[in-house]
Amino acid sequence: MSPPLLELRDVRVHFPVRGRRARRESAVVKAVDGVSFTLEEGRTLGVVGESGCGKSTLARTLLRLVPVTGGEVLWNGRDVRGLDERAMRELRRDVRMVFQDPLASLNPRMTVGELVREPLDLFAPELDERAKRNAVAAMFERVGLRADLVERYPHEFSGGQCQRVNIARALIGRPKLLVCDESVSALDVSIRAQILNLLIDLQVDTGVACLFISHDLSVIREVSERVLVLYLGKMMECREAEALFAAPSHPYTTALLGAAPVPDPLIERNRPHTTLGGDLPSPIDPPSGCVFRTRCPESGPRCAIVEPPRKSIDGGEVACHLRSSSQSIQERP
Amino acid sequence: MSLLEVASLSVSYQTRRGNVRAVNDVSFELERGRCLGIVGESGSGKTQTCLAIAGLLSADAAVSGSVRFQGRELVGASRRTFNELRGKDIAMVFQDPMTALTPHLTVGSQLCEVLKVHEGTRGTAARRRALEIMERVRIADPERRFDMYPFELSGGMRQRVMIALALILRPALVLADEPTTALDVTVQAEVISTFRAVIEHTGTSLLLVTHDLGVVAGLCDSVMVMYAGRTVEQAPANEIFAAPAHPYTRALLECLPRTDRPRGARMISIAGQPPDLAALPRGCAFAPRCTRADETCAERAPVLEACGPQRTVACLHAEDSSSAAASSGASPSGVAS
Repeated sequence: MSPPLLELRDVRVHFPVRGRRARRESAVVKAVDGVSFTLEEGRTLGVVGESGCGKSTLARTLLRLVPVTGGEVLWNGRDVRGLDERAMRELRRDVRMVFQDPLASLNPRMTVGELVREPLDLFAPELDERAKRNAVAAMFERVGLRADLVERYPHEFSGGQCQRVNIARALIGRPKLLVCDESVSALDVSIRAQILNLLIDLQVDTGVACLFISHDLSVIREVSERVLVLYLGKMMECREAEALFAAPSHPYTTALLGAAPVPDPLIERNRPHTTLGGDLPSPIDPPSGCVFRTRCPESGPRCAIVEPPRKSIDGGEVACHLRSSSQSIQERP
Repeated sequence: MSLLEVASLSVSYQTRRGNVRAVNDVSFELERGRCLGIVGESGSGKTQTCLAIAGLLSADAAVSGSVRFQGRELVGASRRTFNELRGKDIAMVFQDPMTALTPHLTVGSQLCEVLKVHEGTRGTAARRRALEIMERVRIADPERRFDMYPFELSGGMRQRVMIALALILRPALVLADEPTTALDVTVQAEVISTFRAVIEHTGTSLLLVTHDLGVVAGLCDSVMVMYAGRTVEQAPANEIFAAPAHPYTRALLECLPRTDRPRGARMISIAGQPPDLAALPRGCAFAPRCTRADETCAERAPVLEACGPQRTVACLHAEDSSSAAASSGASPSGVAS
């Protein structure tokens, strides 16, 4: 059996911190702490959590943009840490990222045509001039940009159009994995839906796998087949989207879902609001036991002492003391 | 007399590419203790409207029309008038709590400064007032936070400090420009509920600028939708959500991903993008993106017309909302079913 496209095994990324508190003991921020998942070819995994939960750091481990402290990041079964420069070049061709700020992601001194073409120059030098031009024109059409815009510069475009350029640039080299790190968060609602639909269509067309990172569970819900919920660098819940949204198992997932405002005053003002008390704890000094317990509406005495192990439940895994087996989850009303 | 009466407000800028009308003939009223939401995409003029009321537009902005606050005309008012009003009677909460606070002053001293400047209150009296307002906006452990610097606080906590700063002098009007946009959704929920509690308690009026209709649904009594500098629809919140009359309002509502709906269906989006304000079309500005548009829309610009007891809409093909408006006015719960 061939290995999955991407597999993370117990990945940890710890950063040493300097500063007042660190003087006495060597403090570390556990940005990502023990995250595991697999992503098969052509599938979509959504990663969701609040700012500072380690979503972006997790994505950056795939391209060795941050040093991995422990665990393995396996690309087609090979640990990316062991790759030589040549293999890294291939990896950078196969794994492409689309970031949050559409304009800042584009070199302001290059035309959008050059920007979309650049990956071809780097990764497909064997193509002749005409083939490259045709590929760029086809890609422009595919992402919904007029072909006569190739000579324009990024500042002449709106945010949504710039994000289309970024997507074209990411996909022109036919990557195997597209990492979207908050790619629609900076866009207006009307444009956001356009770009999400475009991403979904392109994924169906090209069969590219997608790691979709967002703080917005309602966006994750639209695009993901599987969802990973992170909190303070730790995995809270990782399940099939269908099962997760039908019956969220972890109290944190429930809270995230409940916090999203519903655009209907009759529902919004009458539904119970169980807001999470307090703020995200400091990642330098995370709570003992379960890291979520300080904000958890259901936490008990055991949560403060023992870190909850991962348990398998309907459609995936959850890390919570209050959930036992898959049967009991389904019995929950 | 309403607390705030804005009539035919226009804001324009002379640029190399011509005259850009950021706000175009906008009128609305805000009563005491009520909350009005201004909704629209980037560039629709919602922030410019807000800044015009607070007298914070840049010097090259040409403002016309009228803004009457407590009966006083603010368009063309002197710097001194604004300095008296701002902070005390009109307060503002900005989007980015990271940059809106002074980094080298503690939270407490920033709160006390407001009291000192406007009222001359100092010392323990000022400290007591500051702690009181911190508690009111639900800052946990205010005694300890009083001596903290903004960088020591999380984004949500900083936004609460901003709200505390805005409310400490009990202003009659708070202008909040995207107050929750930079926050996590969990924190946003808390800030919204803080706002709601504070409005109920103090009777302050709130003008909320946002692109998020979900936030509007939780807070506002009435809604004004803007597009390309113009008002396209104005209505009580219940009615606009139950039966939007303008195709743009409907589209904005439909393109929101909603967690209370079945997943899997294709998301509805609005084709195209907002127009260039320096080169607005002759007819309706939304026509190129509108599913209901026909030839007349490209020719004739619609004007705001009444389409219900408290509703106006600017569209040649507005949806009939009178029946929905009538029934929602009688029994709000009837609309939901």
